[in-house]
Amino acid sequence: MAIGTISGQLGRQREFDATFRAATAAAALLVLLLLGGVMVALGVGAWPAFSHFGPGFLVNSAWNPVSDQFGALPAIFGTLVTSLIAMLIAVPLALGVAVFLTELCPPVLRRPIGTMIELLAAVPSIIYGIWGLFVLAPFLQLTVQPILIDIFGGIPIIGLLFEGPPLGLGILTAGFILAMMVLPFIASVMRDVFQTVPPMLRESAYGLGATTSEVVRDIVVPFTRTGIIGGVMLGLGRALGETMAVTFVIGNAHEIHASLLAPGTTISATLANEFTEAVSKLYVSSLFALGFILFVITFLVLAAAKFMLFRLERQAGG
Amino acid sequence: MSRYARRRVANRIYLALSFAATAVGLIFLVLVLYALLRNGVPALSGTLFTAATPPPGSAGGLANAIYGSVVMTVVATLVGTPVGILTGTFLAEFGRGSPFAAVVRFVNDILLSAPSIIIGLFVYQIVVVPMGHFSAWAGSIALALIVIPVVVRTTENMLALVPNSLREAASALGTPQWRVIMQVIYRAAIQGMLTGVMLAVARIAGETAPLLFTALNNQFWTANMNAPMANLPVVIFQFALSPYNDWQVLAWGGAMLITVTILALNILARLLAGWSNQTP
Repeated sequence: MAIGTISGQLGRQREFDATFRAATAAAALLVLLLLGGVMVALGVGAWPAFSHFGPGFLVNSAWNPVSDQFGALPAIFGTLVTSLIAMLIAVPLALGVAVFLTELCPPVLRRPIGTMIELLAAVPSIIYGIWGLFVLAPFLQLTVQPILIDIFGGIPIIGLLFEGPPLGLGILTAGFILAMMVLPFIASVMRDVFQTVPPMLRESAYGLGATTSEVVRDIVVPFTRTGIIGGVMLGLGRALGETMAVTFVIGNAHEIHASLLAPGTTISATLANEFTEAVSKLYVSSLFALGFILFVITFLVLAAAKFMLFRLERQAGG
Repeated sequence: MSRYARRRVANRIYLALSFAATAVGLIFLVLVLYALLRNGVPALSGTLFTAATPPPGSAGGLANAIYGSVVMTVVATLVGTPVGILTGTFLAEFGRGSPFAAVVRFVNDILLSAPSIIIGLFVYQIVVVPMGHFSAWAGSIALALIVIPVVVRTTENMLALVPNSLREAASALGTPQWRVIMQVIYRAAIQGMLTGVMLAVARIAGETAPLLFTALNNQFWTANMNAPMANLPVVIFQFALSPYNDWQVLAWGGAMLITVTILALNILARLLAGWSNQTP
């Protein structure tokens, strides 16, 4: 083969290389622009509401589409409270699952049980919604909530949390469903970070006569603290933005009650319910503003989660 | 009680609690699946797959919704997968250690867990508003945006598992880099990448929130991608919250169909991944 054709071929291959490389870089840039685009698009949509209501939008609890009065407080309140309930239930459970899978479970069962827990995360939100509406809510209404009211209703202050009739639908039910949905996410992160503990540390503790619970409490948990917090934040990020399941069971009322049994709403439930019915420009913009607030909150929580997990990764690697 | 006995008891209690926590998780899964089967099986009939969604009070099925879900899922996967694979390739092959890649990786992880309803709002703003109407295209785009981060993540992880000696051996033979990646690296990682795509499909098959403001819904048969299109999740949402019993039955039937499909995809994907881990 002549020298010329070979160098021509080489040149062509170099061009292919450059093209391929540019294509992958362009795709990566697209992913980057996507996040920026989301922020800008939501910001643009939300601007009329923010400029019309000012910062008061965040603390105003009115929500009246007829008189065009909108405030974000009930939705923000509902979002935070339901997520808090979810975390209070899901974090201890997830810790238990992770301890079971890493310390207790016979190795043969580890994969099947781990997979079943992860399948819980694969079930779509809407399925939890329909289940919550037709199965969980009636059960809570007829069985659990009357007991809660009986036990706590008479106690001052705590009683306020369980005031009112057992409706089945409400903040507590939404928190419950959310707990079920984020449990697998937190549990699988915790299991993964527990596995980063060097076997030598664990074995030395056992060698000194520590029990399994002492090894977990004094060795595994301190070593993986940042990773555990990262997993919890990841779950929190999910809980804050969960839409369909919450929309089914929260009752959708723009109200703030001290009682956990009362109906409420969250940002995502408000969007799911009202967006396609919003007529006035200010109404649509207020919904965009809610979306923007949700995006900012989840972004901060998820960024913190990534940062924590990244720190653990570096610690484990170095 | 001696100190030793006390520690042993504390340990027993602790372990029993962690066992109970796992049992609670598994019971949730069983309860949900049981309710789906109990309420979904009665909805199974010939017309479920052949008739379109009915008006309240008359017989019908979910054919138009099933069709819409399948079409939008396929289009979203076809659009999202190449972008995801290219980005994952960039992160694993070209951008190792570069600050730009670190930022993309971080942003991708945020997108992976970002609320899907936000994606719906975004696509509404950039596609539905300029077009002036809801459409199946908009729904497909919203779902594609959810596919991308899942595929990016798995592609990068799978490519990172390919041993460097393969890359070096191929390069030493004078192979240009694009050929090394396309014909050596991809071939070594194909099962894992396929797993990622299947997980992405399973994820979007049940997504509801991003479709609410993009594809909307449609009572009738349509194959027009430029018009609102029925899809299983939104139909379930509408029918389950309706007061009509026959609509609720259909909602349960749709819910069972979606869940069975998604769980099957997940289990298949895991089997595929496990199988590829064992073959060196």
